[in-house]
Amino acid sequence: MRLEPTEDERTIAEVFGGFFRNECPPAVVRAAEPLGFDIGLWARLVGTGAPDMGRAEAVGGGGAALTDLAVVAEQVGRTVAPVPFVEHAVACRLLDRLGVSPPVGATEVATLALRPAGAAGDWTLVPAGAVAGTVVGLVGDDLVCVHGPPPGGAPANHAAMPVADRASGGGTVLASAAAAREAFAVARAEWQTLTASACVGIITTALDLAIAYVTERHQFDRPIGSFQAIQQQLADLPIVLEGATLLTAKAAWAGDRPGRGTVDVDRADITDFPVLAGMAFLHAAEAAALATDRALHAHGGYGYSEEYDIQLLYRRARGWALVAGDPARECRRLADAMFGPVEEVA
Amino acid sequence: MDFSLTPAQVEYRERIRTLIREVHRPEHTERQHRTGTFDSPEINRALAAGGFLERAIPGYGDGDPIELWMLFNELEKAAVPADGIAMALMVAGVIAYVGTEAQKAEFLPQVLAGDTLVSLGYSEPECGSDVASAQTRAVRDGDDWVVNGAKMWTTMAHVAKWVLLLTRTDPDVPKHRGLTFFLIPLDLPGITIDAVYTMGTERTNATFYDDVRVPDRYRVGEVDGGWRVMAVALAFERGLMGGTAAGVPLLRHFHHWAANVRDDDGRRLVDDPLVRERMVRVAVDNEVAALMTLRTAYIAATGGLPGLEGSMVKVHATEAYQRAARWFSEAAAPAALLQFDQPGAAAEGWIEYDLRHSPVTTIYGGTSEINRNNIAERHLGLPKAR
Ligand SMILES: Cc1cc2nc3c(=O)[nH]c(=O)nc-3n(C[C@H](O)[C@H](O)[C@H](O)COP(=O)(O)OP(=O)(O)OC[C@H]3O[C@@H](n4cnc5c(N)ncnc54)[C@H](O)[C@@H]3O)c2cc1C
Repeated sequence: MRLEPTEDERTIAEVFGGFFRNECPPAVVRAAEPLGFDIGLWARLVGTGAPDMGRAEAVGGGGAALTDLAVVAEQVGRTVAPVPFVEHAVACRLLDRLGVSPPVGATEVATLALRPAGAAGDWTLVPAGAVAGTVVGLVGDDLVCVHGPPPGGAPANHAAMPVADRASGGGTVLASAAAAREAFAVARAEWQTLTASACVGIITTALDLAIAYVTERHQFDRPIGSFQAIQQQLADLPIVLEGATLLTAKAAWAGDRPGRGTVDVDRADITDFPVLAGMAFLHAAEAAALATDRALHAHGGYGYSEEYDIQLLYRRARGWALVAGDPARECRRLADAMFGPVEEVA
Repeated sequence: MDFSLTPAQVEYRERIRTLIREVHRPEHTERQHRTGTFDSPEINRALAAGGFLERAIPGYGDGDPIELWMLFNELEKAAVPADGIAMALMVAGVIAYVGTEAQKAEFLPQVLAGDTLVSLGYSEPECGSDVASAQTRAVRDGDDWVVNGAKMWTTMAHVAKWVLLLTRTDPDVPKHRGLTFFLIPLDLPGITIDAVYTMGTERTNATFYDDVRVPDRYRVGEVDGGWRVMAVALAFERGLMGGTAAGVPLLRHFHHWAANVRDDDGRRLVDDPLVRERMVRVAVDNEVAALMTLRTAYIAATGGLPGLEGSMVKVHATEAYQRAARWFSEAAAPAALLQFDQPGAAAEGWIEYDLRHSPVTTIYGGTSEINRNNIAERHLGLPKAR
C-alpha cells in the first residue's frame, strides 16, 4: 500500500504541470473559445508524447499505466487546457486493444462516443467530436469505428467544448455483442477515471484562485478571508479534494489490474474497476462543481465577470462531466452492479 | 498510489471478521441500546486474547496503524459497539507517545488485557469547543496535586477505571499554556459520577472532582504542556479510531430491508429509481470515508501525525452519515419512525436509531465548525477569525 504519489508519478506531474503552466495560461484557454480546441497546443502536446504515452509499446506507444495518464489528466484539468487529451488517450487505447491502431505521433484526434447511437445512427454531442477524425462508439450491439473529416465547429455550449454530433453510418464494426459491450465498458471506465482526474485538477486550481483572492481582497478594512463565513465555505474544498483524489487514484489503480475485482457493498469492499471508475467520476464531478461554486462565490461580483479566471473553471467543471449524461443515470447503472438488477414487473 | 493490501493484512482482516462472527451476538447490541453503554466486554476480551490489542495501540510495539484502522473499520462496519475499547486504545496511544516508562508499565498492560476502560475528561459545563479554557484546577501540594472542578460528557466514566483529565495548572498565562493532563483512577476519593442520558440512547456522565489528591506520577506530559498532549490525542481520535464508517451498516441495514418490502404501488422499495440513486451516493460517500480514514492511518504508519486529515475525514464522514440517515428515513417512512422491537420497524429499528444517533456525530470529538476552522487556519493559511 502506498497512499501518496510514487516518484514516477511525481516526475510526470512536474513535467506536465510545467508544460501546461507554460504553454497554457488562461489567455490561451480564452483564445481557444468558443471551439475549445487549440491545434497548436495539441501539436506541442503530441510532440511531448503524452497522447500516446498510454498506448501499447508494440504499436510504438509508451506503455504507460492508467495511473500515469491520470496524473497528466489532472494537469490538463488544472489549466483547463483546450486539448482532447482524455478522449484521445482512451480511444487510442481501445483501438489498440482491438488491433486497429491509429498511427502513433499523429496530430489527428480520436475520440469515444460516450452514449450509444440513436435510432438514426447518430452519436449526439460526442466529446471532441468537433475535432476528431476517428470516432468509436456503440451502435446497437456493435462497437463501430468511423473515420472522416471532423466538422471543425461545435454548437455554442456552456463549457466551450468541441462537441459535435457524428454519424456512425459507413463505419467499421470492430466487435459485437458481449465483446463489444466489454470493450466499450473498459474504455468508458477509463474515460470516467481520467475525467475524474481532470476534475481533481480543476478543484486544485479553484482552491488556489479562491485563497489568493480572499487573502488580497479587503472589505470592512479586513481581508475577506478573515471572515468565518468565507472560511467555513472554503474549508470544504480541501475535504472534497482529498476524497476525490483518493477515490480517483483507487479507480486508476484498479484499472491497471487484470480481471474484475469485488463489489461487496455490505462490507464496503470494492475493488472492481468499472464500478470504482463510476464512483470516482460521480464524486469528483460533484466535488468540482461544489469547489468552483464556492470559489466563484468567494470572488463576489468579479467571479461572475468574464475577466476573472474562475468562470472558466466553473463552466468546465460542469461541462466536462455532464457531457456523459445525467449523473442519476450513472447512479442507477452502478446500483445494478452494487445491489442487483431491478425486478421484472410481471 | 497503490491500494493493495499485503497478504498479512488480508489475513489480519480475516481474523478480525472471524472473531466478530464468533463473538458478537444480537444480545450485545440489545444491551448496548438498553444501557446506553457503547461497549462490548466480550469483544474486548476476545481481542485481548487474540493478541489484537497490543498491535492496535498507535506507536506501540510492532503495531501497524493500518491494522488499527482495519480493526475499527471492521468493528464499526459490523455495528459492534466499540466506543469503549476505542477510547481505551486511544489513551494507550497517548501514553505510549508521551507517557513515562512507569506509566507505560502500569497502564498499558491493563488496557491490553481488554478489561480496562478509560474515559476522556476534556469538556466542562462551561467549555466544549473552546476546550483550552478548561477551568478544572490542579494545584501542586508536595508530591501530589489537588484537583477541583467539574467535567461534562465524561462518557464511559461509569464503567471506566481511568480518566484522562485536562486541568488548569496556571491561570495567569494565555489559556493554551497553563494546561496539564493527568491520567487518574476514577476510584480516587472525591470523585462523583452522575448519569447524563441522550437522545441517541448513549449514556454519558457529568463528573465532579472535589479535593481529589492525585500523585504526580499520574501526570501525563509536562506541567503546563497539556496542549501538546491534546494534539496527539485528537490526531488519534479523529479518523484512526473509528467513527467514520457508520454509513456502512446503515446502508446494509436499509438495503436488506428495502429488498424485502413493497411500496404503496407494489414495487420493491429497492427498485425505486430515487432510492437506488441514493443508495449509490451513500456507497460512494462510504468509500470516500474509508479511503480518507485509511490515509490518516497511512500517515501515522509513515511517521506523521494526521491531525488535519483527521479533521477532514471527520467532517466528511459524519455529514455523509447524517445525509444517509435522512434519505433512508424518508425512503422508509413511515416504518422508519418505529423503534427497535416494534413490529414492522424499518430495518428492525436501525433507521430510526440512526436518525437519532447521527446528530451527535458532528458535535462530539470536535464540531464540524471547529474542524473547518482548523482546516481554514492551519491548512489554507487564512487569518484567524476569532
Ligand atoms: C454524547 C456525547 C458524548 C461526549 N463524550 C465526550 C467525552 O467522552 N469526553 C469529553 O471530553 N467530551 C465529550 N463530549 C463533549 C463534546 O466534545 C462537546 O460537546 C463538543 O466539543 C462541543 O462542545 P459544547 O457541547 O460545549 O458546544 P459549544 O462549544 O458550546 O458549541 C455550540 C455550537 O457553537 C459552535 N461553535 C463554538 N465555537 C465556535 C467557533 N469558534 N466557530 C464557529 N462555531 C463555533 C459549535 O460548533 C456548536 O455548533 C461528548 C458530547 C456528547 C454530546
